Amino acid sequence: MEIKKHYWNEYQKEIAQDDYFYERSCIRQTFFPGSEATFLKILRKELGKKIVDDPRIHTCTGIGYHSDIVPFDTTQVICARLFSLMNGAGLKNYVPSCVTSFGIFNEVVETWKHFPEELEKTRENLRKATGREFEIPDNIAHPSDIIYNFRKELKQKMKYRLVNKETGKPLKVVEHIGCHYSKIFSEQSIGGAEFPHVLAGMIEEWGGEVVDYPERRHCCGFGFRQYLIMANRGYSIANSKKKFESMKPYKPDFIVTNCPGCAMFMDKWQYTIAEMEGITYDDYDKGIPVLTYEEMTGMLLGYNPWDIGFQIHQVQTEQLLDKIGIEYDPQDKYVGVSGIYLGEPEKPKNLGC
Amino acid sequence: MKEWGYKILKPRVIDLDKADTSWFNKLVEKVPSAKKCVMCGACSATCSVSKFTDFSFRQCHILFKHGQFENRAGELDKCMLCGKCNIVCPQGVNTRTVISQMRLFLADMKNENTTL
Amino acid sequence: MSEKKIIIIGGGPAGLEAAYHLAQQNYKVTLLEKELETGGHIRMDVKLFPDFEDASKVRKQLSDKMNHPSIDLKTGICVNSLFQEGDKWCVKNDNNTFYGDAVLLTTGFETFDASRKEELGYGIYDNVITSVEFEAMLKTGKILTSDEKVPQRIAFLNCVGSRDEKVGNHYCSRVCCINGVKLAVCFKELVPNAEVYCFYIDMRMTGQQYEELYRTSQEKYGVNFIRGRISEAASTFNKRIQLKSEDTLAGLPLRITVDMLVLMVGMEPSKSTTLLAGQNDIKGAYGFAASLGINRNDNQTLKEGLFLAGTCKRPLSFRETIADAGAAAIQIMDFLKKAK
Repeated sequence: MEIKKHYWNEYQKEIAQDDYFYERSCIRQTFFPGSEATFLKILRKELGKKIVDDPRIHTCTGIGYHSDIVPFDTTQVICARLFSLMNGAGLKNYVPSCVTSFGIFNEVVETWKHFPEELEKTRENLRKATGREFEIPDNIAHPSDIIYNFRKELKQKMKYRLVNKETGKPLKVVEHIGCHYSKIFSEQSIGGAEFPHVLAGMIEEWGGEVVDYPERRHCCGFGFRQYLIMANRGYSIANSKKKFESMKPYKPDFIVTNCPGCAMFMDKWQYTIAEMEGITYDDYDKGIPVLTYEEMTGMLLGYNPWDIGFQIHQVQTEQLLDKIGIEYDPQDKYVGVSGIYLGEPEKPKNLGC
Repeated sequence: MKEWGYKILKPRVIDLDKADTSWFNKLVEKVPSAKKCVMCGACSATCSVSKFTDFSFRQCHILFKHGQFENRAGELDKCMLCGKCNIVCPQGVNTRTVISQMRLFLADMKNENTTL
Repeated sequence: MSEKKIIIIGGGPAGLEAAYHLAQQNYKVTLLEKELETGGHIRMDVKLFPDFEDASKVRKQLSDKMNHPSIDLKTGICVNSLFQEGDKWCVKNDNNTFYGDAVLLTTGFETFDASRKEELGYGIYDNVITSVEFEAMLKTGKILTSDEKVPQRIAFLNCVGSRDEKVGNHYCSRVCCINGVKLAVCFKELVPNAEVYCFYIDMRMTGQQYEELYRTSQEKYGVNFIRGRISEAASTFNKRIQLKSEDTLAGLPLRITVDMLVLMVGMEPSKSTTLLAGQNDIKGAYGFAASLGINRNDNQTLKEGLFLAGTCKRPLSFRETIADAGAAAIQIMDFLKKAK
């Protein structure tokens, strides 16, 4: 797929270089437990950056806000408290792990820019509730922005490339960007809203080939409101299905996303569609593995896949690890950090393992 | 079979890659004036039936054209063949004949077991 | 022979026609054209709407009239400076200077740069082209996709770069609707069994015979019209273009894969128009040159002796441009007779 003009050059944003305050996500650690730990390891060990992981952080209320359960005033105050924690650590660069959080913080800061009275109200509410003061961060960057920024340095340290070991050809990678990263404030996204480049840049730098399929920009269907209520999930899954059908002819080797909801969806809906309708989207009926960007980076740096958390994935990732030629011990897969064998999960009927 | 509690929604899209537009081609062979329609809506504006039901001849025409035949026969049955649409059409489409011909084709489709 | 000299900047249809009329009335005319040949945009056309007149024949007729003793035609001159010096007008580029008693600006238009609409994929995907490129292909007699195959299904999208707040052009470019219908019919004559879809917001068939051509395109040629804009165009696995639209008349979203997407790009003022108008305080909305009034005094400007004709003012069809050039010529003659 030849792309003649690269628009992403025209949409660049400022990304902080060091001294980050990390805000963990509510749900990511449930679905992709190794991802955030991998990110911290990459930043501290490989890049030598300072990143503070404060145990007192909490939700940004993104899920509640987008489901109309939490009013905007509350969200503003919660965000303000998180900024206050950042100020307490003496830092000015805010790094939220979740893409929805990223959207929320941009939205809140943008609101305060245009409506200073909201900022004053928030300051007062925070003071009354917790006695805290806060300052707006200098820079809000998503962790995927940071990895994008340092992709060349990381490449030097990587043991593997996104290349098929046997054929020598680049792996075909589908990249999926969370809607709240690029579609709301397109100037905050590297590459703009139509052709965001943050994941594509990583893939291209590390030897892979980005697949440009027609439904590339389509939402995965997460959307909070429709997903939270079981009866509405048919709508959510139909959107992911649309993407899978569109990417199928390109035979991608794996999918990478930067949003927790999207990664969860792309991974788990393949199972649901396979069980409901018997359809899979690759040639071996095993599904297309879905990775988060931290997992992809950690994998190429040579970290143990079971430390990164690949065993928790719904679509099994061994096929990908074998394609790249990554060394791992299959016996260790379900052995926990304590060294005790945890037992194997039940296998699905239609989605191969 | 596991109880999921929801079904994957079917897309509600006119997919012109998959739609069967050959029926409309057959229609314009029989009623050539049907090609002139510009969707102005004068027909559905004057239609007697549309005042009391949600029948819209203009809607039927465009859905037939795009190969969307689901429920079409039932809708077209509502037409009383009063002919007011014929009188007002600025393009000179022979609307009454279009409706009668569509009804015949939809009956053919049912006989051929095309899913309606 | 009058001693008065008129300088016409721009050798497109407006400039050529005005030059001829002025020369016929024995005025001295210097016609400056930035390209190496005259004709402007009509050089790229194959057929003129609505009656499919041969564009090269029309162009030759206009250019041949320049073989007139009163007309001094200079090509390859790109004017970059225009100003008044006393009661004369001075027209310069880096190597030349011309003086005249009156100046007629016919610097015309440029087509909208379709790559500014990223979501339509122009400049990104192979089989998305503009109407200008499509007409150029028609000139060769062959319409081919990037794989050198004849497309069996093409789509036209109207209003690209016009009626669009996102690119800053609120106005309608007037001729794209009829031009699109013309191109659709031309294509159907080349490839009768192909499917042609025109995606429109409105069909603005304002000129004589335009509505009849629209009717003919449906009745005789079977061109399909869909009321609904295309929101995004993406390339599929075999380089065809997948389009997302809504058929607003059916009230349902619509999806179609075509072999080629043709963007009907609108008219914007040319760089020369904006530059020279700006130098003389006559820059109007969107960078077009502003005349004294839309309904009357449409060829004069607020600078005495500086006149306008053609698409440097606003989007116009060829026929309207020719008529406007004639009107400008009369205004200039009136002005020169009064000025002593």
